[in-house]
Amino acid sequence: MSEADLSAIWLTLKLATIVTVVLLIVGTPIAWWLARTRSPFKGVIGAVVALPLVLPPTVLGFYLLLVMGPNGPIGQFTQWLGIGLLPFTFTGLVIGSVFYSLPFVVQPIQNAFEAIGERPLEVAATLRASPWDTFWSVAVPLAKPGFLSGAILGFAHTVGEFGIVLMIGGNIPEKTRVVSVQIYDHVEALDYAQAHWLAGGMVLFSFAVLLALYTFNPSRKKTP
Amino acid sequence: MNSEIRAVFRVDRNDFQLNAELNLPGHGVTALFGHSGSGKTTCLRALAGLERFPGGYCAIGDTVWQDEQRGHFVPTHQRSLGMVFQEASLFPHLSVRQNMEFGQKRASTATNRFALPEIAHLLGIDHLLDRSPAQLSGGERQRVAIARALLTTPQILLMDEPLAALDHQRKREILPYLENLHQELSIPIVYVSHSPDEVARLADHLVLLDQGRVKASGPLNEVLSRIDLPAAFGDDTGVVITARVAEHEADDLTRLEFTGGTIYVSRISQALGTPMRCRIHARDVSLALVPQVHSSILNCVNASVVELGATDTPGHVLVKLDVAGNPLLARITRRSAERLEIRPGLNLLAQIKAVALLA
Repeated sequence: MSEADLSAIWLTLKLATIVTVVLLIVGTPIAWWLARTRSPFKGVIGAVVALPLVLPPTVLGFYLLLVMGPNGPIGQFTQWLGIGLLPFTFTGLVIGSVFYSLPFVVQPIQNAFEAIGERPLEVAATLRASPWDTFWSVAVPLAKPGFLSGAILGFAHTVGEFGIVLMIGGNIPEKTRVVSVQIYDHVEALDYAQAHWLAGGMVLFSFAVLLALYTFNPSRKKTP
Repeated sequence: MNSEIRAVFRVDRNDFQLNAELNLPGHGVTALFGHSGSGKTTCLRALAGLERFPGGYCAIGDTVWQDEQRGHFVPTHQRSLGMVFQEASLFPHLSVRQNMEFGQKRASTATNRFALPEIAHLLGIDHLLDRSPAQLSGGERQRVAIARALLTTPQILLMDEPLAALDHQRKREILPYLENLHQELSIPIVYVSHSPDEVARLADHLVLLDQGRVKASGPLNEVLSRIDLPAAFGDDTGVVITARVAEHEADDLTRLEFTGGTIYVSRISQALGTPMRCRIHARDVSLALVPQVHSSILNCVNASVVELGATDTPGHVLVKLDVAGNPLLARITRRSAERLEIRPGLNLLAQIKAVALLA
């Protein structure tokens, strides 16, 4: 494996880790809100969160490129802040990946929150726990399997993305060239042997992740 | 501490109506009794602050928990109450001990706190503290839930059909603990139930709810002996009399005495002087104008007729009697009532065919 391959692997892992952490922070309140709200906007927000499941990544990447570009609102804002433009930077890649993997983190957590039901939260209230206290001491521990699934799926999905990386990340070594793009480069250069190493590695990695998910996730939990 | 409850809850929705004004005493066990859909659980949830109705009012002693006219509402977690739900709802991620400590460590450090070992002992769960909730039986879980609620040292304990999800055996296992609570702790309990048995056994006060309205409210016997409410209890219509164990007799009978006379029951093990709650169904009481010496019925007390009322079957009447200050109900046929010319003020003998000992 070449230096460039290793650097692509390292960059991919770094990207996936950061994206997963950001998604857990951003996705948890969204999942909680979606699981508990009776607002008429629930359907709209739920659909927006789920959009990346059906949209081609190129569509998402295209619009993010426009919004973060020099004439887009976010682009103008970031320029005004003095941090320049986000497309074709690692930060831009993180933002794009967060949007793209959002449903993979929000939905398992939302399902886990919904499965808890109303009762444990009411019990906690009658035991003097404030809503904030209840969230951390009852809801989060009971939704642990959902957080685990969400984190694993978010990480794995970010590792596996390609289209959105090309659209807003480009192909800059050590900045935005992740494994999936590197494989594409190898194939384009007809360097199948190199492609095999990375592609085979991805297959093994993905299988291991899903195996872990299906083996260790206690989906049939008892609630006495 | 004064824990008398005054509450008014009104709801008018298409599918559900509630118009309840509650005045509950600050001591003893008050049963909210009614059929399903009568609004008893909703009332309890509203008392706890788990439901919030426009225009509602709720105060315990001098503390106002809800006064919507002033826009005042104390959220559940700031109310000094304990609540036991129909299913024990223990937190599955915590051990029995951690479940019990959950509320204890969050309750304000007021005086007169119960100690965990003391409460665990009272409910017979000392040996279960290090287990996980999944390892407990239904009855054990419910006892842990009661202990957990008590450890916040609440001003009032609310119980929503705590035995309804348990089978007969588990109910019998848990009832003595509930009676213990009643005797050993001075916490008023509001107990929602649709079981006449549980009400007769545990309650001191009774609130009868029907279709969201309070039909009757008062001391247990006063409500039980009202003959204008026969439909509420149906075949279970009857009164509860408290009698003391007077003597264990040689022929395997125990004599109980109350102010109105004596009652014989099969020999029991309780010590002399123990108060026993006896439930006497109206269907088990017959009336006679002269003493029946040639009868197998042993229990016979002097009574005077107070009033007559209709029952849920047209062939029968309900007769309210006074037995030296104790109310008693008899259900007899309309034909017998006419033949014996039973009318208010008549002195006669009430024969009691069966007595159910409750505790």
